[in-house]
Amino acid sequence: MSGRPAPLWLTAGVVPLVNVVVAFLAAGLVIALIGENPLEALQIMLRGALGSQYGLGYTLYYTTSFIFTGLAVAVAFHAGHFNIGGEGQALMGGLGAALVALTLPFLPWPILLPLCVLGAALAGAAWVLIPAYLQAYRGSHIVITTIMFNFLAATLLVYLLVGPMKMAGSMAPETAKFVPGATLPLMNQMAGWFGLTLTRTPLNLSFVFAIAAAIMVWVLIWRTRLGYAIRTVGANPDAAVYAGISPARITVIALLISGALAGLMATNEILGVQGRLINEFTAGAGFVGIAVALMGRGHPFGIVLAALLFGVLYQGGAELAFDKPKITREMIIVIQGFVILFAGALEMMFADRITALYQRFAGRAVSA
Amino acid sequence: MTPPAIQMTGIDKRFGAVHANSAVNMTVQKGTVHGLIGENGAGKSTLMSILYGFYAADSGSIAINGTPSLIRTPADAIHSGIGMVHQHFMLVETFTVVENVMLGAEGGAFTARGAATVRSKLLELSQAYGMDVNPDAVVSDLAVGALQRVEILKALVKGADILILDEPTAVLTPTEVDNLFVLLRRLAAEGKTVIIVTHKLKEIMAVTDRVSVMRRGEMVGTVETASTSPADLAELMVGRRVVLTVEKGPARPGGVVLDVQDLSMRDARGTLRLDHVSLSVRAGEIVGIAGVSGNGQSELLEAIAGIRKPSSGRVSLNGAALDCGGRDDPRTLRAKGLRHVPEDRHRMGLVKPFEAAESAMLGCSDEERFGKGIFLDRDLVRADCAAKMAAFDVRPADPGLRTALFSGGNQQKIVLAREIERDPQLLLIGQPTRGVDIGAIEFIHKRIIALRDAGKAILLVSTELDEVLALSDRVLVMCGGKITGERLPDQTNEQDMGLLMAGVISEQPGQAA
Repeated sequence: MSGRPAPLWLTAGVVPLVNVVVAFLAAGLVIALIGENPLEALQIMLRGALGSQYGLGYTLYYTTSFIFTGLAVAVAFHAGHFNIGGEGQALMGGLGAALVALTLPFLPWPILLPLCVLGAALAGAAWVLIPAYLQAYRGSHIVITTIMFNFLAATLLVYLLVGPMKMAGSMAPETAKFVPGATLPLMNQMAGWFGLTLTRTPLNLSFVFAIAAAIMVWVLIWRTRLGYAIRTVGANPDAAVYAGISPARITVIALLISGALAGLMATNEILGVQGRLINEFTAGAGFVGIAVALMGRGHPFGIVLAALLFGVLYQGGAELAFDKPKITREMIIVIQGFVILFAGALEMMFADRITALYQRFAGRAVSA
Repeated sequence: MTPPAIQMTGIDKRFGAVHANSAVNMTVQKGTVHGLIGENGAGKSTLMSILYGFYAADSGSIAINGTPSLIRTPADAIHSGIGMVHQHFMLVETFTVVENVMLGAEGGAFTARGAATVRSKLLELSQAYGMDVNPDAVVSDLAVGALQRVEILKALVKGADILILDEPTAVLTPTEVDNLFVLLRRLAAEGKTVIIVTHKLKEIMAVTDRVSVMRRGEMVGTVETASTSPADLAELMVGRRVVLTVEKGPARPGGVVLDVQDLSMRDARGTLRLDHVSLSVRAGEIVGIAGVSGNGQSELLEAIAGIRKPSSGRVSLNGAALDCGGRDDPRTLRAKGLRHVPEDRHRMGLVKPFEAAESAMLGCSDEERFGKGIFLDRDLVRADCAAKMAAFDVRPADPGLRTALFSGGNQQKIVLAREIERDPQLLLIGQPTRGVDIGAIEFIHKRIIALRDAGKAILLVSTELDEVLALSDRVLVMCGGKITGERLPDQTNEQDMGLLMAGVISEQPGQAA
């Protein structure tokens, strides 16, 4: 009676691809309107992002952050909640890592470094605990509370960085440098250990962490009992109650995992690149994570791809702004906006039509 | 000869790959009551939605009273004299009857004039058709039967000559159903045309002049009601002979399995939903609970199943006291041998976006047999589901298919398979065959009887009176959260049950015993 369900390659492959193409067409139109050649612009972007070791390194460095924040949003999505607080949780992740690095610098690195990473995850999780509790047991909407906690995190960090945690004698709102044992090695350093030479870029070990996190999230959601409970609560809370799964408890657990993933974003920027805690280091990655999760349809593999796309947009966009003075930083944000609009917010705009088209042809093939 | 009130010709409608209506023709004569029956998904709702302008047909034409009409919106339909009474009433609870009826016809920025017009029309119509409705009553104070009359009046005031009623008896007591049918006959006698969409064969036989049967998007026939029988209609609907009666031997009840004493429950607003309910179910017996939907049956099942916490009362299973909704949540109760087929499988019993295998382990996902430690083994989960599907003849037998893509009957079989196969001590069943095709009803009824014969205790809730009477060994009737009486199915009749269901008589067997 019902139509055959659309296969995965269609919903997860063709549909997002069409969305991205449409986004680029719209962006191309804008670029043409300001008198630049869209094809040339696209070429510069792609070459800038993927055409050299240097560009690729930066692209993957951005990708790393987006994978973490995208996964964070996705895990909450699966439990039926919209965690907008990735930004704040990531900031707190940075604080957690910094607190460990600055208070225990005497520890040997094999102990200190894992503790720093753990500090980032725990602090990110801790920052979502209150919104999660309020959502689960008091019904305060998680969107509202996590937005408010983003502001709280930002102001708390400013207070700490101009006050108690500021490096003595410095004018900048930042902490002292961490000991080397509390920082993650850069990719080019690691390549050096194996006798390879890579161009120096901010890409660091946390990229590997991000891929590992994506795999672990996949296992969690689709291969564990907890993941089953999370998806049940997200898809049908009444069925969860009927099954004896407490939606409130699962909500808190899923959001804690989500917060921890967002907190881990700090391993890339703080432990990997900066080696100290600085202000506003998230640079909007928490919000990009929402678009990444939407575009990746909540699936870790899709999230890695979507994060890569945004990495290309960030790095290629920077190159484009540098090459074409007419195309300003703001123009790049417009292009990114189109991608978010078509691939995120309007992700389903073409989905039905493409599916219907497929079913018509597939149906013919069967009846013929 | 007068042209037919409605002539739908060659109506075709696709939703994606679903061919909901395929070249459907339907003719309804003026001044008749016309039935439209078919199983779920047969295309009746689609056809009526096209007639009322909710959907546009892909092709085909509609003529109203002989005039070809283009109906693209409900406004067009109303303009053509078509009125619809939905299964779920579309009324504003805090408004009076007049205010509800004048919605969409307020007559300008100030409502006084519109209200006066509507009031006079209302009085005129309710007198003409013998409908007793107080125009100034607030809708939330009215009984269900009265609400339905308001809906019918609403359509008539808007000038409807053709009334479509979608499953009009689902929420009515037998007496209210009788009253409705008297009204429908009277409307037809006055020259109005009535279409009633239903799946209840008995009602079709009772009230219609002619009946059209749909199956799988096609119109399989239109017959004179007087020259057909329920068995013939069922055969037309399903495409094969079906057994409409339930065959079962006498019960051989054993010891008391479930004992409920003075169970009361208030909802969040403080309304008493369960009022000192006492009952017991013994091993090897089916106790049925009859009643109009919304009289506490859901609360009773959910309280015993540990989903909602009762405010007072005692529940015990095999003599051991339970703390339902407190320490005993659905999970621990399942471990104690209590299984539950929920009334609304879409809301509770299944997770529609999940693959069937995942829905088939809802509530059992902690069991060792589905994987080691914290992990679930997809192969084990699917193999378990495949076994259930084979045992219950679920079609298609594909554990990987999304739950939502199964028909109602097959979804219900998945739920039943899940709840029955773990050898329950006590099975709670709510609405075992709601939205289930006739063919699957037969199968489900047999399974329930087989479970009883295997010595299990079964508490059954259904708003289908025939089903309760056919399956149960004892029947309790609920009204307003109370048990109003207890009967043996072969020692009662519809009038008797109707009085208990409406709360006109109340015997409170729990206190007498």
